[in-house]
Amino acid sequence: MADASYPDDLRYHPEHDWVRLEGDIATFGITWFAQDALGEVVFFDPPEVGSTVTKDQPYAEVESVKAVSDVVAPLSGEIVEVNTELGKAPEAINTDPYGEGWLVKVRLSDPAEQDALLDAETYAASLT
Amino acid sequence: MAPAPSETLKRTPLYARHVEAAARVIPFAGWEMPVHYAGIREEHVAVRTSAGVFDVSHMGQIETTGPQAAALLQRLLSNDVEALAVGASQYAVLCREDGGVLDDLLTYRLAPDRFLTVTNAANHERDLAWFLRHAAGLDAEVADALDAYAMLAVQGPGAREVVQSIADAPLPPRHTSAKRTLAGAPALVCGTGYTGEDGVEVLCAPADAVRLWDELVRRRAVPCGLGARDTLRLEACLPLYGNDLSEDRGPIEAGLGWCCREETGFIGSEAVRAVREAGPSERLVPLRLTEPGIPRPGNAVAGGGVVTSGTLSPCLQVGIGMAYVPPAEAQVGTKLQIDVRGKTRGAVVAQRPLYSKERDG
Repeated sequence: MADASYPDDLRYHPEHDWVRLEGDIATFGITWFAQDALGEVVFFDPPEVGSTVTKDQPYAEVESVKAVSDVVAPLSGEIVEVNTELGKAPEAINTDPYGEGWLVKVRLSDPAEQDALLDAETYAASLT
Repeated sequence: MAPAPSETLKRTPLYARHVEAAARVIPFAGWEMPVHYAGIREEHVAVRTSAGVFDVSHMGQIETTGPQAAALLQRLLSNDVEALAVGASQYAVLCREDGGVLDDLLTYRLAPDRFLTVTNAANHERDLAWFLRHAAGLDAEVADALDAYAMLAVQGPGAREVVQSIADAPLPPRHTSAKRTLAGAPALVCGTGYTGEDGVEVLCAPADAVRLWDELVRRRAVPCGLGARDTLRLEACLPLYGNDLSEDRGPIEAGLGWCCREETGFIGSEAVRAVREAGPSERLVPLRLTEPGIPRPGNAVAGGGVVTSGTLSPCLQVGIGMAYVPPAEAQVGTKLQIDVRGKTRGAVVAQRPLYSKERDG
């Protein structure tokens, strides 16, 4: 696993999720801090496409060898795509958490919610 | 089991080595222990293919000595302690009167009237109190030897070669122990382990632990944490106290009837005999998921039953575990349905061990 990083072009939720905004579609994933705390991810149980997720509520589970962790939705909306590659290679969540380790894409139902998200600097500062 | 934040956690003599190696250190049974260094899977594979070294200094030791030492242990331990030869080791459970399991223990007979029993860290104080209570009136002395020893487990197909290279004499065969000098340090070397691989466990003075650790790591024994210890023991179907064994169940239910000799009259033997004769109401079985997912302790098994251990097998790359199920569901090949946090996952009762090099490659 590479060193800690929190890209500036993403927004962050205090429960250690990141969000990449592209119009009304948002990509969700977990942060470097979250994957490091989990250790090696060995299983990702994605939600179904078409299901809805609610800000601050768990929407999926990631499992390391030792433990199961809920993934909390940073924003609300409808799942439009899940990263099916993680079924074969969940370790991408560790090796490339902001790239190939993305979890789901969501059509946002309330774009105003994103005002509550943190920028990279604020999120990184919250970890120390 | 996590201690209150105010409680002081104990550290083994190797704590500084773990921190220097950037291990993730967690509270475990009152100790600060490494859960992994490079990563659980990498460490697991090292033990299956070459050699790994574990700091297991958190495990406790009780020394029982004196003319009636054997008689005391015969009363406490489920196995036939009198039959244990000097230099040999024996696995047993410690039972309450009702057969509930207080701990599972390995005992070494160091001399005709001298025994060393290795306890689980979380149970050490309770075991010690139990030993002392039952020693009253016997010509046997029970001593807490926890602080007298550090303990390293060197495990894997290459483990003996690594340890042999720093030893003054041939290592003792499997299931036996012998005093050796390792890298200049006196040690008790035991042909035992908790991984399903060949290897040894080494008891040494705490002051010698760092030097031994460094010599082993320099000879390419891979530092391994509690995470890999758990996945290795589960693939090997070795029960873990607190998960698969508890006061609420007896040894027959846990499949440990082989280490119970009721004819010796150990505490709990009548209860154990009754369960053996009547047949247990549940049995601990190894299981393998037949679909994606990972069973976890506490997951319910449909039709009655509960998962007590579970993980993703690093060697088999499927979810594996152990569960207590009704005897009718305990045959190898029986299909099970496990409720994994609301999702039903198919599983099958599997052969022991869950992973075998010969069978699974």
